Amino acid sequence: MNGSWLQRLTEGLGRTREQLSGQLNVLMRRGPDLDEEFWSELEDALIGADMGVTAVTEIVERLRDSAARRALPDAEAVIDHLAEEIAAELTLDAEDFLETSPVTVLLVGVNGTGKTTTLGKIAKQASDAGRRVLLGSADTFRAAADEQLAIWSERAGVPVVRGERGTDPAAVAFDTLARARETGADLVLIDTAGRLHTKTDLMEELAKVRRVVERESEAPVRVLMVLDATTGQNGLVQAKRFDETLGLDGIALTKLDGTAKGGIALAVVRELGVPVLRIGVGEGVDDLRPFVAAEFARALVGR
Amino acid sequence: MFQNLSDRLKQVFDKLSGRGRLSEADVDAAMREIRMALLEADVNFRVVKEFVARVRERCLGAEVTASLTPGQTVVKIVLDELTDLMGGTESRLVLSGRIPAVIMVVGLQGSGKTTATAKLANLLRKQGRSPLMVAADVYRPAAIDQLEALGRELDVPVYRGAEGEDPVRIAKAGVKEAVARMRDTVIVDTAGRLHVDEQMMEEAALIKAAVKPDQVLLVVDSMTGQDAVNVASAFAERVDFDGVVLTKLDGDSRGGAALSVKAVTGKPVKFASLGEKTDSLEPFHPDRMARRILGMGDVVSLIEKAQEVADETELKEAGERLRKAEFTLDDFLIQLRQVRKMGSLSDVLAMLPGAKGLKAIRESDIDERALDRTTAIITSMTAKERAKPQVINGSRRERIARGSGATVQEVNQLLAQFAQAKKLLKQFQGGKGKRPRGMGFPGLGGPF
Repeated sequence: MNGSWLQRLTEGLGRTREQLSGQLNVLMRRGPDLDEEFWSELEDALIGADMGVTAVTEIVERLRDSAARRALPDAEAVIDHLAEEIAAELTLDAEDFLETSPVTVLLVGVNGTGKTTTLGKIAKQASDAGRRVLLGSADTFRAAADEQLAIWSERAGVPVVRGERGTDPAAVAFDTLARARETGADLVLIDTAGRLHTKTDLMEELAKVRRVVERESEAPVRVLMVLDATTGQNGLVQAKRFDETLGLDGIALTKLDGTAKGGIALAVVRELGVPVLRIGVGEGVDDLRPFVAAEFARALVGR
Repeated sequence: MFQNLSDRLKQVFDKLSGRGRLSEADVDAAMREIRMALLEADVNFRVVKEFVARVRERCLGAEVTASLTPGQTVVKIVLDELTDLMGGTESRLVLSGRIPAVIMVVGLQGSGKTTATAKLANLLRKQGRSPLMVAADVYRPAAIDQLEALGRELDVPVYRGAEGEDPVRIAKAGVKEAVARMRDTVIVDTAGRLHVDEQMMEEAALIKAAVKPDQVLLVVDSMTGQDAVNVASAFAERVDFDGVVLTKLDGDSRGGAALSVKAVTGKPVKFASLGEKTDSLEPFHPDRMARRILGMGDVVSLIEKAQEVADETELKEAGERLRKAEFTLDDFLIQLRQVRKMGSLSDVLAMLPGAKGLKAIRESDIDERALDRTTAIITSMTAKERAKPQVINGSRRERIARGSGATVQEVNQLLAQFAQAKKLLKQFQGGKGKRPRGMGFPGLGGPF
């Protein structure tokens, strides 16, 4: 698996990616000089990776400063240094709770980020590794959401607790945990309906689900937010709201196999101190992978 | 979260007050702020560059430099240019006279394609057409089930092919089915991928060639960042679409993707999707979007939001009693809940232009919890107590405080304020005194 997701990021991206995303490579090709144009193009490239204009301005300023102080010789050295700095910022001393046992994990996020798919892949991987997995489908809002989860439960060969569409998601969570106690599951994954962080009533509903889970779960409870890598600056607002309402323990960054670079994840880690635990780099089950800060940082700056 | 453009420019131009003409350096300072605002809204950085260059040109003209209020003039120019760039006035869906008319919906997974398909069907049905939806998204688990469930809800038929059938054949058969069932409009929901890939483009192009749609609509998530241009230009090149459906605008993203897509492909946004319900698809308004991108508030949307969440009969009854000065704590509770339904108070206030400049909001010392506490106190009262607060004696106060987790003082405070408000209301009814300015309840602050 070493290096392969990095390869994936570069492979199969085709023409579109070349157009826009290889910018830092273009930067390199224009020569090693650290002139004004270099810095301005570097800024553009990082903004283009969704890192956010405020963060980028700050980072580039710091980089210019250290380029002068440390007498970094050329563009190559600057970009290497940048990748190291970003990797350092992304590295948090946090547990990968998906690997702990037993644990109950609640998956949350806005609509369309790939929550159910991510949950399915986690379930399949854990079940293949011999863990006793139980799924709960507390997305009782979206049409056919529980069918989608049922398909994953079949694929992973793990049981799922479902609720009728329109029923109280907290009740499904309750049933799931009752079942977990009976069967002695050591990894309980509960899917929730996608919701925009601005919907107060839906966020309150989620807080209630969390309270019920907290009360009923024998295992420690963790909240994993699924964040779409194509999300722009609103991603930070989303994460903040979910963190305020539920307390986030980790991020799964999905859809990294496209042309999007997921720079918003850096903003989330910086601002909230919540670690990225998994990245989604493709549609296959194995394409959900552990997050490696150094590799991600390199991909972000185009190395 | 982010500062709006007016406030930013105000800061720039305030420094200049007292001086006469604007210098080129002053204009450049303003341009830097415009650039920041657009980038924070996720407008693609290349689009921003071009846009700022154009605005700068105009701003160096006499219009701005001679203006007594250069800040406002710059804002006006930016708004005008943005609105123009996004297509000026609304762009409508044009269907030919062909029966059945065919609409094809394309986009990435998770953009809201299937939901948008159903919303479109609902909208067209309201306009007197009889749509049929075709589920050609054969790859995503349960996508077809989702469309069928939505179709049942809307009472719009859905055509699904046999298991494992080729999407191009499904699309073609769907059109035939529409003819057989005498439906005059077909909406084809095509398969999305996680990202732009060759296979998806190929398939979409084949479906397009097979059903020859009147309109191809690209669904774009308004929360998309810088990548929006990649997606849009790939689709424009391979499939060529006619317009865009911008989804999830009921969130608080600035939606700069709308601008990027239009600037890069020249295709207009035709619809805005503003909610989870199937009736929340609306024609797109470039002028409103321009204000939103700049963070300048959206009064029209605020009013619409208020209308959307307000339970009309509840409010009518409360209003009736208000007129008769019979306003009870129950009515007050209804109003509190209506306010809550619109989102957090700071969100609601942020939609008002200029509200972000208010000190109270900047420091976000609006006590959201006070609203919740007030709600808790009122819901801990019996029906009788709510209707006739004068019966609330000492022991009742204690019970209410215990029930709501508040202190007796807080209960007292609420009752005193309510009595005060009622008195004001009576004066108002009697024609004496002025209209009460806000009710002075905790958390509600002054009038807004």
